[in-house]
Amino acid sequence: MVLLSKKSLGDLCFDLAVIVLCTFVFLIVAYPLYFVIIASISDSTLVSTGQVTLFPKNISFFGYKEIFHDARIWTGYKNTVVYTFVGTAVNLLFTLPAAYVLSRPEFRARRFLMFVFVLTLFFNGGLIPTYLLMKGLHMTDTMWVFIFPFCVNVFNLIITRSFFEHSIPRELHEAASMDGCSHFKFFIKVALPLSKAVVSVIGLYYLVGHWNDFFTALVYIRSNDLQPLQIVLRDILLSNQVFSQGAGSGGAAGGYAQQYADQIKYAVIIVSTLPILIVYPFIQKYFEKGVMIGSVKG
Amino acid sequence: MISQTKKINKNTIQLKTVKKETVLGTLKRDYQLWIMIVPAIIVIVIFNYIPMYGIQLAFRDYDFTKGLTGGEWRGLFYFKQFFDSYLFADLMKNTIFISLATIILGFPAPIILALLLNQVKWKRAKKTLQTTVYLPHFISIVVMVGLLNVLLSPNTGIIGYILTAAGFGDVNLLGSTKTFVGVYVLSDIWQHCGWNSIIYLAALSTVDPQLYDSSKIDGANRWQTIRHVDIPALIPTIVILFVLGMGNVLGTGFEKVFLMQNALNLPVSEVISTYVYKIGIISNQFSYSAAIGLFNTVINFVFLYVVNALSRKYSDISLW
Repeated sequence: MVLLSKKSLGDLCFDLAVIVLCTFVFLIVAYPLYFVIIASISDSTLVSTGQVTLFPKNISFFGYKEIFHDARIWTGYKNTVVYTFVGTAVNLLFTLPAAYVLSRPEFRARRFLMFVFVLTLFFNGGLIPTYLLMKGLHMTDTMWVFIFPFCVNVFNLIITRSFFEHSIPRELHEAASMDGCSHFKFFIKVALPLSKAVVSVIGLYYLVGHWNDFFTALVYIRSNDLQPLQIVLRDILLSNQVFSQGAGSGGAAGGYAQQYADQIKYAVIIVSTLPILIVYPFIQKYFEKGVMIGSVKG
Repeated sequence: MISQTKKINKNTIQLKTVKKETVLGTLKRDYQLWIMIVPAIIVIVIFNYIPMYGIQLAFRDYDFTKGLTGGEWRGLFYFKQFFDSYLFADLMKNTIFISLATIILGFPAPIILALLLNQVKWKRAKKTLQTTVYLPHFISIVVMVGLLNVLLSPNTGIIGYILTAAGFGDVNLLGSTKTFVGVYVLSDIWQHCGWNSIIYLAALSTVDPQLYDSSKIDGANRWQTIRHVDIPALIPTIVILFVLGMGNVLGTGFEKVFLMQNALNLPVSEVISTYVYKIGIISNQFSYSAAIGLFNTVINFVFLYVVNALSRKYSDISLW
């Protein structure tokens, strides 16, 4: 009896520790995110003196208004949307058929080709040879540099191949080919419809990758009209180019803008992350599935 | 005798033709498969293998009229230049220090988080917590560093304010050589720990429930169950991810370090990858930069190879 109650006391302590730790983790992760939201609509003087902690104070949408007038952000937004959607479409167009082929056991060259693909994960030419190649191909300062180079991500290729291999029964292809079904037809009519899970997961990986891509533009893009959102964000958030030539003009406006610089920065963080925040709840349930698919040994 | 050789010849010829026919035959049979994979092969060859061929640049003078491989041969000249440069020691030290700190502190974090999440029995709380900790992973690096800048700024940031209020005085966390690595590593954990825990959670979900039952019968408390059931179940995943992580020891993320750099923290924040970018893309010293990049890749590969070999020897788990 004593032993039993002692044990449950231990369990109780354990549960308590779990709850305390979890609350701690939750607050550490969630609070900064919440703080950015309330800071973006609060008076920036109050924010910087630490008076905004739980609720927004002196609510104003000044930061958002300024962003709304800023042409650079909209150009960046438009570019990023184009690169993201065209890029992801091309990614899937190249990756899915290749993964299907590599999953076919009768395909003779599959071991060799797999090696060719996987080697690139461990060894690469490095920045400079790649840069000179892009230059040689006249891809620098064009939108194509966001779309075609590296449009096959080998990790995603392996994930998709494992899925095709393990989740599409071998008998299905045998039966279909008995009926005279070609590979093209089987891939489009049978394999793809059965693989919505993996298509959405790697589609998501590609999508987020393109949306957050900063490096490509930094290295290969000079022209202002082609800059994606991330470069514009860098200018505003890190180089402090807060709307110096923005709404209104002249020195007074500049000083005025500087005073509200931080509020604009908080608002910029929200606006640029908004699409992901909106889509996030809908895609969240796929994450675990995606990692499970990826961890299947291939 | 002659007839025999003839016969053999005839046989081999026949064998050859039969073999040829099968290769052709499979080509003909699989032509649709080839059509489906050729685009991917072309892309990989152009954008991954041609740059590998271009590594020669590290041993040549770059001559823009002659392209990637036309310049004059210089041997190890550019490597020597790097090893002899006054920056070499600092670059190596910074790169290794930042990578090791990220691995030592950042690697166990998602494992601990996964073990913790696995103990939460209330479904809704677990879900909310998971949703929250995955989220920062999707914030772009630029926004992440921007966030650090506005929160940590000594005059206007909330954390700067708290530190001042707590009596630490004006500390510039982003502009100090003492705090740069700490801020880098901790913010990295904040951003990716949750996401990286998914793979461990997936591994934990495959543990046979009978193991939990029998450990309970043996009188194990919950802490002991974690130690003797959960952690052993994670070992294979841990080893594989550790090997992969060590293979990237010098590959310290270019983007975040580059964005976090400022004039004040440069002595500790200049790493090989940022230096390669500055020397190559900004100052156009292509051959020198390519040599440094190649040095980096080779060291990475050696690390990966050694750690993988050790892992295979001691735990029977390896990448290849």
